[in-house]
Amino acid sequence: MKLKTIVTAVCACGVSLAAQAQISGDTIKIGFITDMSGLYADIDGAGGAEAIKMAIADAGGNINGKKIEFISADHQNKADIAASKAREWFDQQGVDMLIGGTNSGANLAMAKVAAEKKKVFISIGAGSARLTNEECTPYTVHYAYDTIALARGTGGAIVAQGGKSWFFLTADYAFGASLEKDTADVVKAKGGKVLGSVKHPLSASDFSSFLLQAQTSGAQILGLANAGGDAINSIKAANEFGITKKMKLAGLLIFINDIHSLGLNLTQGMYLTDGWYWDMNADTRAWSKRYFEKMKKEPSMLQAADFSAASNYLKAVKATGTDDGDKVMAYLKANKINDMFAKGGVVRPDGRMVHDMYLMEVKKQADSKYPWDYYKVVATIPGDQAYATKAETKCSLWK
Amino acid sequence: MDEIFGIPTAALMSQLLLGLVNGSFYAMLSLGLAVIFGLLNVINFSHGALYMMGAFLAWMGIEYFHLNYWIMLVLAPLVVGAFGIVIERTMLRWLYKLDHLYGLLLTFGITLMVEGVFRSFYGVSGQPFSVPEQLAGATDLGFMVMPNYRAWVVVASLAVCLSTWFVIEKTKLGSYLRAGTENPKLVEAFGVNVPLMVTLTYGFGVALAGFAGVLAAPVIQVQPLMGQNLIIVVFAVVVIGGMGSILGSILTGLGLGVIEGLTKVFYPEFSSTVVFLVMVVVLLLRPAGLFGKEK
Amino acid sequence: MNKKIGYGIALAVALAAPVVGGYPPFLSKLLCFSLFACAFNLLIGYTGLLSFGHAAFFGMAGYAAGNALKVWGLPVELGILVGVGAAALVGLVMGALAIRRQGIYFSMITLALAQMVYFGALRAGDLTGGEDGLQGVPRGKLLGFIDLGNDTTLYYLVLAIAVAGFALIVRTVHSPFGQVLKAIKENEPRAISLGYDVDKYKLLAFVLSAALAGLAGAVNTLVQGFETLTDVHWTMSGLVILMTLVGGMGTLAGPVLGAMVIIALENKLGDLGQLLASLTHIEWFNTLGEAVNMVTGFIFVVCVLLFRRGIIGEFIARFSGDHKPA
Repeated sequence: MKLKTIVTAVCACGVSLAAQAQISGDTIKIGFITDMSGLYADIDGAGGAEAIKMAIADAGGNINGKKIEFISADHQNKADIAASKAREWFDQQGVDMLIGGTNSGANLAMAKVAAEKKKVFISIGAGSARLTNEECTPYTVHYAYDTIALARGTGGAIVAQGGKSWFFLTADYAFGASLEKDTADVVKAKGGKVLGSVKHPLSASDFSSFLLQAQTSGAQILGLANAGGDAINSIKAANEFGITKKMKLAGLLIFINDIHSLGLNLTQGMYLTDGWYWDMNADTRAWSKRYFEKMKKEPSMLQAADFSAASNYLKAVKATGTDDGDKVMAYLKANKINDMFAKGGVVRPDGRMVHDMYLMEVKKQADSKYPWDYYKVVATIPGDQAYATKAETKCSLWK
Repeated sequence: MDEIFGIPTAALMSQLLLGLVNGSFYAMLSLGLAVIFGLLNVINFSHGALYMMGAFLAWMGIEYFHLNYWIMLVLAPLVVGAFGIVIERTMLRWLYKLDHLYGLLLTFGITLMVEGVFRSFYGVSGQPFSVPEQLAGATDLGFMVMPNYRAWVVVASLAVCLSTWFVIEKTKLGSYLRAGTENPKLVEAFGVNVPLMVTLTYGFGVALAGFAGVLAAPVIQVQPLMGQNLIIVVFAVVVIGGMGSILGSILTGLGLGVIEGLTKVFYPEFSSTVVFLVMVVVLLLRPAGLFGKEK
Repeated sequence: MNKKIGYGIALAVALAAPVVGGYPPFLSKLLCFSLFACAFNLLIGYTGLLSFGHAAFFGMAGYAAGNALKVWGLPVELGILVGVGAAALVGLVMGALAIRRQGIYFSMITLALAQMVYFGALRAGDLTGGEDGLQGVPRGKLLGFIDLGNDTTLYYLVLAIAVAGFALIVRTVHSPFGQVLKAIKENEPRAISLGYDVDKYKLLAFVLSAALAGLAGAVNTLVQGFETLTDVHWTMSGLVILMTLVGGMGTLAGPVLGAMVIIALENKLGDLGQLLASLTHIEWFNTLGEAVNMVTGFIFVVCVLLFRRGIIGEFIARFSGDHKPA
């Protein structure tokens, strides 16, 4: 008898845990859901949360008397946790705007929830271009980059530099496949050739056999259509087998944290496209210095984008005098983004924030003068050339 | 014969050789698991996390204490082994009489905790770890270029595997171990300290994982989650080989490396899953694995 | 008599939950995973078969139902049935292969087959969306007119389904069929010697467990509106084992409680951390949200060492004077 009572009592506690605080009202609440503990924790994660807090502090902590609040959560790379947290925050916590961190699947799910609730959703860490094509909504802004921009940036610029024959090492999932396809299309369009490709399973433990196939192809450029740990292990193995002596590596999705973990000896000479670099100009350096004081690392493109997105959102709220989703989206699409992250950035009708991308080459150890001095900016790729054009769009909102 | 099944012979040979390299590494890793299961009847799911610990300790030794790779190759496994002994003394020993499941679940829990702790201190991007100078560079074998370090991995793995097998199957100490787990009371009656032996065996099995970690550090990114993907493959190897059999694990590890290597040539996307297909086929044909004895 | 009072109270709480401020989508999720854990427990707690691959049923049903609802445009009731059917089919194949072996080998075969299901799901991008997931699964209208777009309405449907599933499990456990299963768990050779076709019983239990897990998976996809690879990954199989262990294997209410504890942990640890941080002003608590895996591991360890019978199991043992060793 006691047993069942205890059971129901505990169940009731569980229910009350589920009954969250009521809507906050009269505050501007920014929510941030990203991977804080898994594979993508370093490129965004807690650093991203810090960056957003910096934006809030810069805005003075309140707008026209309304306080700005911030909550963050770890989706643990599970789309269902991301979506249910997002839904709960919109329904019960009065969150007005959601910033999506890494993991495309999680971002796609969150975008749907935000659209349903008519709240602004700014996706920072996802690479999937589906966010502004098949899955576009009036409330999604895809801010920092996407796979098309990376592919066109790296592919086009390298072919222009003379790297005409390519071999792809691709991670066997949709993301890797679209990275490879977008890059291959650009390479062929600019007069290059794709000599072959090989798909490896996600999180493969050993890349030697795949790399050997790359080497026998005789291509000049080895395109790494993979990311994170897979890219890092591929690069390590490529060095080990002497592949870097005959082929140049093109990292299609590489962040500065990856270079940091590999070290310059293994990555020197590698090409990659990035949307932002901490050491590009005085503005970026100034902001990065503030970030470094808090996090003891230099920021990645995503963390800088988190800051920029939050700042511009708050600017929009101030200008329109409201946090209503439709009005803020209208403002964002009507006004350019001009800050340390992007100059002349435009939010298009399909939700894509278009800004310049940069082809980087990783410096040699000898040329690196101070910590995190890793990149040389080789070329600037104007936004309208990097991203998909109106003619190619699959978004029904932009016809 | 220039081509076999449409693949140039040289390419096929090199893939087979690479498969053997990976296979020796698998053999090394599954050896510790096989020792622990074969002698202690414990399914040690924390093998992956302890392998990671070995790699991390090697990195720490070099980074913080300015030791070198060779010292860490000996020191890291000792530390990991000591950690294993602590786990065994405080937690595992209460579970020996129970179903396998509990040992598995306990060690799974330990895995999550160990990985979590390392992750919270070091993040997930990984630490730089270079190949030691003496083993850097590569040798041209004609049909392929073989990095010297990988050749070293084969040599070290096979040496450790064969000496372990020899000690357990062919020496007096090994016979005490095997007898002690089959019938502890009887062996104790002969004056052998069985609990101590069991503890040391666990420590040894775990130290093997740590050793594998140090071997892997120069070639695989050293990060807290590095053991996660490896652990179920290693499990499969031990099961296929026969859960009590040391020789079974060694041979299966090597065999799997070769099978994976061939899969990478003909159907690369499946190369991480082929081990499971092999496991189903083997278990359906031979109930206790290739070399196992049905209990 | 007491059990019925207990169930009655639990049902009343569940019915009242959205009204007193419970958040329906989260409650729906709790119910789905409770059903999943109960289905799993049918196999381990009552038949003695430990499956390492139950995620395959949960996830495949989700994908099948998702496709039925989104791509083929079937009504909700049929979509869920398609999901259950898919899971039962996968369960039949897996079970037929795995039952041939015993103990740890049975478990490893289920793991291996589930891994192959995962691989299939990963590669069948057109059906599953790969790692982006199957997005945009519609909720539609129940029986053609009850709009499920409303979270609370959907919750009551989920509750009805969960209660039905749970009732089926209770009936099965107390039926003659269930008695034979228990006999098989306790002493299989004896059951064989008594003339029972043990393999047939095991297979039937396996398929039933798979179908109910599939029911949970299909309904979960309906609630979420999408399905991803997370639900077919081996860590999901591990999670359901943990839920059942924490709650109490071989008890009826145990898995329900275990599921609630674990799901609450996954989703609410961050909130709990922030609450503790604001109460105690210790900044470190704010990072608790990132430590879900560590806390989960800690719970595993504590449960295995101290609470082997699970929360419910321990209570039953204490309060009924049961002195059987754990």
